[in-house]
Order: sequence, then C-alpha cells, then structure tokens
Amino acid sequence: MSKIVRTQKKEPFVPQPDDDMIICRCEEITKGEIRKAVYDGMTTMNEVKRWLRSGMGLCQGQTCQRLVQNIIARELNESPAEVGMIQGRAPVRPVEILTFSNNKTDVKEDE
Amino acid sequence: MKRHELIVIGAGPAGLSAAIEAAKAGIDVVVFDENARPGGQLFKQIHKFFGSKEHHAKERGFRIGEDLLKEAEEVGVRVELNSTVMGIYENKEVTVRNGDEVDHYKADKILIATGAAENMIPFKGWDTPGVIGAGAAQALMNLQGVQPGSKILMVGSGNVGLVVSLQLLQAGCEVVAVIDAAPRVGGYGVHAAKVARTGVPFYLSHTIVEAKGGDRVKSAVIAEVDNHFQPIPGTEKELDVDTICIAVGLSPMSQLASNATCDMALMPKKGGNVAILNEYGETSIPGIYCAGDVAGIEEASSAMIQGRRVADHVALSLGYLTHDEFEQKYDNATAALNQLRQGMFSPANKGRTDLTVTDEGYPLSMSLLKKGYMTEAELKAFPAAQNSAPGIHPVIECTQNIPCNPCQDACKFDCIKVGADIVKLPEINTESKCTGCGMCVASCSGQAIFLINEDYEPGYATVSLPYEFLPLPKKGDKGKALGRDGSPVCDAEIVSVRSAPAMDKTQILTMKIPLEYVHAARFYKA
Repeated sequence: MSKIVRTQKKEPFVPQPDDDMIICRCEEITKGEIRKAVYDGMTTMNEVKRWLRSGMGLCQGQTCQRLVQNIIARELNESPAEVGMIQGRAPVRPVEILTFSNNKTDVKEDE
Repeated sequence: MKRHELIVIGAGPAGLSAAIEAAKAGIDVVVFDENARPGGQLFKQIHKFFGSKEHHAKERGFRIGEDLLKEAEEVGVRVELNSTVMGIYENKEVTVRNGDEVDHYKADKILIATGAAENMIPFKGWDTPGVIGAGAAQALMNLQGVQPGSKILMVGSGNVGLVVSLQLLQAGCEVVAVIDAAPRVGGYGVHAAKVARTGVPFYLSHTIVEAKGGDRVKSAVIAEVDNHFQPIPGTEKELDVDTICIAVGLSPMSQLASNATCDMALMPKKGGNVAILNEYGETSIPGIYCAGDVAGIEEASSAMIQGRRVADHVALSLGYLTHDEFEQKYDNATAALNQLRQGMFSPANKGRTDLTVTDEGYPLSMSLLKKGYMTEAELKAFPAAQNSAPGIHPVIECTQNIPCNPCQDACKFDCIKVGADIVKLPEINTESKCTGCGMCVASCSGQAIFLINEDYEPGYATVSLPYEFLPLPKKGDKGKALGRDGSPVCDAEIVSVRSAPAMDKTQILTMKIPLEYVHAARFYKA
C-alpha cells in the first residue's frame, strides 16, 4: 500500500539560514521543523500542533502560538487568520496526572 | 459539585470589579485566580494611571489594586487563590485545580477575565538567558525588589515598553536604548518624554537582530529596518547590554473561551484571538461573558468598567436589577468607556501612522514620535507650552490627544481646563494667579507640567519639575540641567525640594538656571 501524501507545497523544501532557531521553547521545535511541516501537508495551527507538539509544552503555546502562526502563514502565503489559532482544550494549563486522579466528579451535587 | 450564580475567572481589574458589582447586587459570586495574590497586573504598576479623575486617574496602579481588594472584602466577595480553572464544559460546568485535586463547579453565568500574555519576537539567540519579557522585568523590580539586570535594551516603544523603561531607570538600571521596528513611538508621547529626558536614546525603525553571549546575554545587535520591517544590511549596531527586555504587545489569553467553543475571531485591533462579543460583553454562548484584556487589549481603567458592565447584565438576567436600573447603569458605563476610547491611541486608531495634527489642529511633534522628545520649535505651536506670565507659572507640554484630565482639578484657582471631552489638550487660563504650589505638576501622570519663573533673580530663572528618582537631590545641590533629549544644557542649583501627601511621592524639584535656558532645561542630574 502506498503512503498517502497530502501536500500543499509542490516545490522542494529550501533551507533558510535561521531554520535552526527554536520557536517553541517548551518542546524545542525549530523554525525549520515548522516550515517542513507545511511541506509535509500541515496547513493549520491544530495540524502543526499535533504533528510537532509545538504549543503543547509547559506554557501551552502562550509564547510561541503567534510565532508559529506567522511562520505557517508566510510559508502558505496566507493571512494568519486563515491559519487560525490552536483550539483551546482542557486543561488549558498543565496539570499533573496525579491531580487528574483526584477528580471529584463522584461527589453528589449539593443543591 | 458546587453551584454559584456567577463564576468569575481571573481576579484582575476586570474580574474583581465585576465580582464587587455582582456582590453588591446580591448575586452569589465566586472568583478563581491561579495566582497566589489577587489583583492581576495591578500590583506591578507603580506609576500613576491616566484616564478620568472619576475612574482612578493619577492613582498609582497598585493603589487601585489595594482599593479593589478592600472593596471586595467589604462586600463579601469570595476570591479563591491558587485555583486554576482548567476547562469550561457544557452547561457551564467548570473544572478547577486546587492543590492536587480537581473540583467541579456549575454556574448560571461565567465571566472570563483572564487577561493577556506578552508577545515575543524570535531572533537569533532569543532563548538566551537575559532575554526577558517586560512583564517579567516589572515582576522582578516591583514585586520582588530585584534588578532584572544592569544594562538594558528595551525592545518596543508602546506604553508597556516606555513605562517599564522608566521603572528600570527608577530601579537604578541603565536603559541603553529603546528600539521599535515601527517608524513611530507606539505609546503616549508623555511617557516617552519622561524616558528621553533622562538621556535614553530612541531608535525607531530598528529591530533586534541577535542576542550575543551564548549562555548569558553579553550584547545585543540591532539594525535599521526597511518598509517591510526587514533589517537593512550594514546598519547593524552592537550595544553593550546584559538584559534584553521585550515589550512588543500583548495577546488576549482567550483559551478558555475557545475551549468553551465560543465563536472566536482573530482581530488585530483587539490584539489577537478573541471571542466575538455582543454589546453586553456576552459571547456566542449565552451566559458566558468576557471582560478586560481577554476581550481586547486596553487599559486597566477600561477593564474595570467592562467588568462592572458585565456584572450589571448578569444581575439583570438573574432578576437582581430591573430593566430601568440596568439601562441607567449600562448607559453610564458605556459613556465612561467611550470617553476612554478616544484620541490618537484609541483602539480605533491603533497602528495608524497617518495622523499629523491634534484634534485642535496643532501639528503633532514628529520629533516626539521619532526620538521620544519634542523640540523647542515644535512646542511653539502649543499655547499651553508657551504660557508666559510674570512670576511663577505653569507650562504644559501635553501635545497628544489622550484620555486624561486630573490636571484640571489640581489647581485651586482653576488655572487649567480640559473640559468635558477628556482627550482635549489642557488649556491655561492666564487670568488666574499661580501661587507655585506645584499640585498640577504632581497631578500629571505624564509628568508634562513644569513651573517656570523667569523673574527669579536678575539673569536667573527657576524650573520646577516632577521627580521620582532616588537619591533625592537636596537644597543647595549643584549639577546639570538636562534638555528634553537628556543632554546637559547648563549648570543648575537645586533651590527647593518639595513633597506632600497629596503629591503621592512625586517630588517637585526646583532648579535655578541661567535665564536663557528656561525653555530648554527640563530635568536635573547631579
């Protein structure tokens, strides 16, 4: 079975001098990796996030989200609005797994 | 599961104001904040605020925070600290992390007042220790009492960059330069002038290219940019700094609204991704509201009004206010908000670079917009800056239409008038007698009012200026008078240093200088 290739960019990937610059500091994702993701067919913030984990670290994209968005938009020659933002998901702040195990959903409503 | 009528997320100016207003109406309200202290960013703000006198203008930010907390306590608002709202689910269910447990709450109404986060710009070495956000610099200085560094480059000339630059100077740091990629200073001219007169150079149309040093910032390379904001090769300058402070704007922290599946839109004039709101601050999901910076980047003064207005709408829909009561409160709040949203720095004018005259028709100072200070020639267009009278009298170097009016009530003899439209430039009533009390000087959050006396002694004049630095000069001290650009213009002798509780820690220095420099000397350096 051949691999399905979904791509928006037909031309070959051309490296840029600052491709090794880190953009997502929490997950240590570089500008080059984000640009390559677009060549691999990612066209939105949510897709790039799932592909690279950019914006999934400690700060949850607080620092890098706009930067990643601009890089994708520039590669696609689209407006940042077209690229969109990351869909907000709970937990919107990093939470230890221990905390989840102490979820108090089983408490009855006290009304 | 605990139930509340209103859950407020974020105990900053918007959230606290909303909770106070709600509690006053009789609503069962709880506020969650992930921080250990309430107040949002207010406690980092040691400068006097702009705006209308009725809305905390000329009060220092942290005092507004103290006032809000006191009021919240008086009306019995419950503020849960160290409580992180993790998510908003269907039917207004909210999960809150408290310690290592997750609590579930339900509310009839939710107000998201989570504020904003700082923007960053990527450049070579931007992840080097010593590159920090302006908010971090403020937290270090104003909350922890720690200098962020000794030689600082400020990247960004918006109000945050300008205010933090002044605070860095006050904390004893050297601000090596303020740079901005834009061709014009982004913040209030009066904020820029305060920084420029201490001698800090402004480089507009300049960007940061590199933070050098490897494991610690040892220098910064800046370069001029072209019309497309690209660095022009050959224009690089290397600055000897150990800290690079980034103040390039704020983005609304709107993840919870997105998580709740409110309709969102990327709105550059609001600073980024925001929930689409109706005129009451309600999102596309009935009963979920946004107020403050999360709804669009503005000042704390606007956030407080927005918060109260949302609480009033909640009170109406829960039956705590009648329609008539609500209408009246809504109209008052909207009028107050509209007042703050005027002038050349209003949300509607954000990013405009084509303005050339004030509302009064006076030509805007281009030097102020490019270098952070005005030239004497440009000031000639402004009557209040050219006020000349025998004896002591004020000159007002307030030349941009910003919403601010505390100066007009500072003078007991009604010497200064702004009028009902608070973005108008102040006018001086030359009929009224100036006693030289200095209250107008201390009341100006922009530190743009000076008292001059051209008849002090034959051949000598005095200039009285607002001063907020330590060590405080003493009477008899001799030093240099500096011009608006911070360069020395003449010798100066301090003839008085005044302070009063009503001046709220703004000291009035009066320096004696040769008469010919009376229109040039605007700062003192020992």
